[in-house]
Amino acid sequence: MPAKRTFLQGASGAALVAAALVTGFSAAWAQMPKVVAPASATPVPGPVPEVLQKYAAVTAERLKKPEDGNWLHFRRTYNGWGFSPLNEITPKNVGRLQLVWSMATGQVEGHQAPPIVNNGVMFVATPGNQLLAIEAKTGNLLWRYKRRLPEDVVHLHPTNRGVALYGDKVYFASADCMLVALDARTGKELWTTAVDDYKQAYYMSLAPLIVDGKVILGASGGELGVRGFVAAVDAESGKPLWKTYTIPAPGEPGADTWPAGGDHYKRGGGAVWITGTYDPETNLSFWGTGNAAPWFGDQRPGDNLYTSSVIALDANSGAIKGHFQYHPNDSWDWDEVSPPMVVDYKRGGKAVKGLINVSRSGYIWDLERTTGKINFVAGRPYVRQNVFKSLDPKTGRPEIDDARKPGTGKAAEFCPSLWGGKDWPPAAFSPRTRMIYIPANDNLCHELVGEPPKYVVGERYMGVAKNVMKIAEGADHVGELQAWNVDTGKKVWTTNLPSFSFGPVLATGGDLLFSGGTNDRLFRAFDARTGKILWQYPTISGITAVPVSFQVDGKQYIAVQSGWGVDAAKMQARMNLLFPGQYPEVPQGGAVYVFALK
Amino acid sequence: MRPALAQPESERPKEGDVLVAIEGDSRVPLEPKDIPRDARPLLAWPMDPAGNVVRGGSRLNKVLLLRLDPATLVGGTRERAADGVVAYSAICPHAGCEVNVWAAEQKTLECSCHYSHYNPRDGAAVIDGPTPRALAALALKLADGKLVVAKPFSGRVGIVPT
Repeated sequence: MPAKRTFLQGASGAALVAAALVTGFSAAWAQMPKVVAPASATPVPGPVPEVLQKYAAVTAERLKKPEDGNWLHFRRTYNGWGFSPLNEITPKNVGRLQLVWSMATGQVEGHQAPPIVNNGVMFVATPGNQLLAIEAKTGNLLWRYKRRLPEDVVHLHPTNRGVALYGDKVYFASADCMLVALDARTGKELWTTAVDDYKQAYYMSLAPLIVDGKVILGASGGELGVRGFVAAVDAESGKPLWKTYTIPAPGEPGADTWPAGGDHYKRGGGAVWITGTYDPETNLSFWGTGNAAPWFGDQRPGDNLYTSSVIALDANSGAIKGHFQYHPNDSWDWDEVSPPMVVDYKRGGKAVKGLINVSRSGYIWDLERTTGKINFVAGRPYVRQNVFKSLDPKTGRPEIDDARKPGTGKAAEFCPSLWGGKDWPPAAFSPRTRMIYIPANDNLCHELVGEPPKYVVGERYMGVAKNVMKIAEGADHVGELQAWNVDTGKKVWTTNLPSFSFGPVLATGGDLLFSGGTNDRLFRAFDARTGKILWQYPTISGITAVPVSFQVDGKQYIAVQSGWGVDAAKMQARMNLLFPGQYPEVPQGGAVYVFALK
Repeated sequence: MRPALAQPESERPKEGDVLVAIEGDSRVPLEPKDIPRDARPLLAWPMDPAGNVVRGGSRLNKVLLLRLDPATLVGGTRERAADGVVAYSAICPHAGCEVNVWAAEQKTLECSCHYSHYNPRDGAAVIDGPTPRALAALALKLADGKLVVAKPFSGRVGIVPT
């Protein structure tokens, strides 16, 4: 018995045990050594772990140029690349990648957040409105924060996509539309600010963006008829700084793209629920906007700016300096919330200060960024897409095939599905290979029919009478990882996946890609140059979270959360309708996984 | 957090409340004949008949009503029904969406947000989907032919905190 061995050592211990057996319990008890009681009957905090004592304050300069071994932003860097320069793990040795530690999050539902890592301190946001602080090297839990939600919040997408860091604080977007600032060392709440009113059907799930001491974030609720916005809050005090609506009010620029004389703008949608990118050179921040509300465009004729668009906001004032609308008058539930990556590329022998976006509508958009306007350069489909007949060569405006546009009482079948060629899971860019890597879903289509909805605060404002996901006859796969060269605009390789994919992509300096996303619960490593699957690991649930790479004490680690739910689960249910019995429910349950080379 | 003195419009349904249709802002107490049989749930607010105070101040007070064949009701659901009419919280405990779809083939309730399904003949028990638990039930009785709340909700309403 181990306990006895530590307390009773050597021959005398053995003798005591023997004596106890012979003479009975009370005799042995009389010879027990001195015992120690706890100093307090209730838990008291222990000493602050060294990794927290040494917590390194995050400065504006560090956010502009994070250390190679850290992951300080949703996509590691302001440009949105999701690229880690670390190169210890390569195609040659990734076969030796093994699990170092794993940890239960204690939650179900979709785990989507990247572990954010600052000098060995890891922050992991999970469903259940929870944040874990973990010692990155060892997996020791440092502290746990959980914010109780009001009972009447409508939380359509019960997940959280991560935290932001600044100074010695951690910033967490709570589902009830509160921005929470926590002390990074202790996990104690320092202040909260209402970014908007959850009773007006706003909720939040995104990772905030921090630029020059400002916390910038948007809110969800497009399905509930909110008026989308991007807002900024002072990182030190929590004081609101600016709020820019994505739907213009009458008289504001773009208002003429909505029906005149109505209240459409108050319920226009255009929700912002994925973290924007940022260009320090121009001080512009790029945010993708959701689809317009209600779902069917014939109920709100006009282009409906700035829905399904990218908007360039001045980070100081929030003013809209430029925009590009991917498609007008959305009727396909194609939120365009993924912001473009800030990537310079060559085109026709010229260097372009670029923005590249992989859109929900199934197109890759090569754009040009300036000090204000966003210009169209080129666009091409990356999945089967039958809604756009062509793109205007100058403006990029799609010509819509009306037969593929659903409306009120008007059925239409269109491809890709309403989840698009790619939903929210971010693509990645490698400056070494010059390729963007897309977690795509091909061969899916959808049929929608609309009806007039009635607006009630807190209830769905979509107007959907029929919603059926379909698949191209004879399709032998749906999920793909695609690689496109940004300078040639051509696809380099595609790797088909065993199921659809909701897997964000990580690209590394070792020329590897990491992504989960499939219903087989596997986490995979791919050769970034060829697409070959080099390694995979079975996790407890499906992975829809953003994978990251970080370094502690000179060693490279790969970290990802597993934990299925939200839209991946919805698509799984739809696939099970198409192929009964072949897509059984994926078990839910969250865990953090950290890998390194043996 | 509930305020110290709750407004009557936001209080949960009490014994003696009648039920009024949400559509059309009605004040007319519902009777079993107003609920179509084996069809889409009718959504209602509880109403305090003394003063006609509609408890529409919180969406968590939304009640869904169904009229089913009494012979198909099981266990406690049989006792809670009035002339085949059963009542449940209309707010899905998963993400807070309104449960308002009748899956006609299986004769079950569906929440169209994430496709949880509930069995209305058996305490709105969970059939499948991501919902963590059944819908809270509201026991009904008849008084002067009108549907009346016999007991408060059988459990808490709204999203289950994890």
